[in-house]
Amino acid sequence: MTAVLQIARRELGSYLNSWWGWVILALILLFDGLAFNVYAVGFAPKYSADVLEQFLEASTVTVMIGGVLLAMPTIARERSSGTLTLLQTSPVTEAQIVAGKYLGALSFLTLIKGLTIYMPALIEVNGKVSWAQIGAGYLGLFALGAAVVAIGTFASAISRNQLLAAVLGGSLVGVFILAWLVSRVSDPPLKSVFAYLALYDKHFQPFMRGRINTESLVYYASVAFGFLLLSTRALKARRWQ
Amino acid sequence: MIEVVNLSRYYGDFCAVEEVSFNIKDGEVVGFLGRNGAGKSTTLKVLAGLLTPSSGTVRIDGVDMTEAPTSFRKQIGYLPEDPPLYEDMSVGDFLRYVGSLRGLTAAAVEARLPEVLAKAQLGDRVDQLISELSHGYRKRVGIAQAIFHRPKLVILDEPTSGLDPAQLRGMRQVIKALAAESTVLISSHNLPEISQTCDRVLVLKRGRLVEEAHDIPDELATTVGGLAGGPARNHVSLTLRGQLDAVQALLTASPLVRGSTVKAVDGYVLAYVLLNEDAPEALIATLVAAGVGIRRVEDGLATQLEDAFLDLTAEQA
Repeated sequence: MTAVLQIARRELGSYLNSWWGWVILALILLFDGLAFNVYAVGFAPKYSADVLEQFLEASTVTVMIGGVLLAMPTIARERSSGTLTLLQTSPVTEAQIVAGKYLGALSFLTLIKGLTIYMPALIEVNGKVSWAQIGAGYLGLFALGAAVVAIGTFASAISRNQLLAAVLGGSLVGVFILAWLVSRVSDPPLKSVFAYLALYDKHFQPFMRGRINTESLVYYASVAFGFLLLSTRALKARRWQ
Repeated sequence: MIEVVNLSRYYGDFCAVEEVSFNIKDGEVVGFLGRNGAGKSTTLKVLAGLLTPSSGTVRIDGVDMTEAPTSFRKQIGYLPEDPPLYEDMSVGDFLRYVGSLRGLTAAAVEARLPEVLAKAQLGDRVDQLISELSHGYRKRVGIAQAIFHRPKLVILDEPTSGLDPAQLRGMRQVIKALAAESTVLISSHNLPEISQTCDRVLVLKRGRLVEEAHDIPDELATTVGGLAGGPARNHVSLTLRGQLDAVQALLTASPLVRGSTVKAVDGYVLAYVLLNEDAPEALIATLVAAGVGIRRVEDGLATQLEDAFLDLTAEQA
């Protein structure tokens, strides 16, 4: 466990020590701020619950894009700079390396999204907001982020460079989002399979409305676990190449 | 004790290392020689636990690398040719991170840090960012990370490549200091470097071990019919202008010379001479007095070792 935390701390430090981490942080805050003021609050009168729902909906965009971009360098950068050798010749397992990298990226994403919490709180100024809805919404964003960062970590584990990792990670996330559209034009039983696989639609919407859906939490945890397992396998396979 | 038994490593169908076996005793400094593509780096990567062997076994004090990979890697310190360094970290922070990764407690890391900095001669660079370090200092940080956890075996892949003469001298001192604490395996193309630093040499050719010499350079030099024995400073290589027979007769008759080999190449006479004492000036004076032209005088040991290396690793036409 110590090794996992050490790797996670180092990963978190690498975001804070690089322009890359600060640029992503600034862009997410900028986009979320614009989304809150222009899209969620808007110019027409609305119920507070609707403002919050629309803000959480827009926030999923930055969670998904930010998650892919933050996961992009986790393993691909170590590989291209040669420091993966340092990790792989240390007495740590591949699972510990992947877990540490993943936790570092997810912690930074959580930190950034945590900085946006003042926006829903601002709804209190002219309306009445339910803190339960805010809590459920942010839990949903965290669960979605956990799944996306895991997908990005897998893309990073099998890519030779960061750009390729970003393209691959983005594509995989895109496939999981588009499963929602595919489900609309599919016949049963594939319809329900694609609907279940969709990263956003069925699984995230309950959180926006203040409901904590256990089935969705299990889904996000399964996606995260599955892709982290694949990442571990990809790293192990490198020893056999 | 490091035991390597019938180690083979394939990349797809290509066999990079084939049935290599050797032992290394505790405290030995062993050189690993071979031309590019001979399988040196692959062997070192397998020994470092970075690659899994296709077949064969590697054990350190009985710990098998495939049966207990994590315990095995605890006993290894590895410096690849390009040191694996985080450029955004300071030297001190990087070494602390490495120490904690290798299972040392925070207190043990802080206790070990000054020792490692002193061994790697990095004491004045502890707070400097790695991105600001010269190539030589980066190599030293690479060595520092390799020895931080007091491994049984330290593996250095081309530790002197790209260093200037001053850095080379510093690195030589650092490597010699390592031997007091660990067994060291060094891969290098720099043959005089190997001869000065190592107790023993292993020569690889096309993935196979072709030579194992215990007394460098004598055994290796003798392999190709060279002259063995005497201190290094008594070996001289000469390029001369003159008659082959006359030079041979002069050297044979000279009381300064213990033995010599002479051959004619491209109009010159190449002589490899083992002197009775460190007196090349007296030999050169004798040759000049006899009318022999002196074109070049070199450290004979380095030349001899290089010849031996080229002969051992030469590809069949």
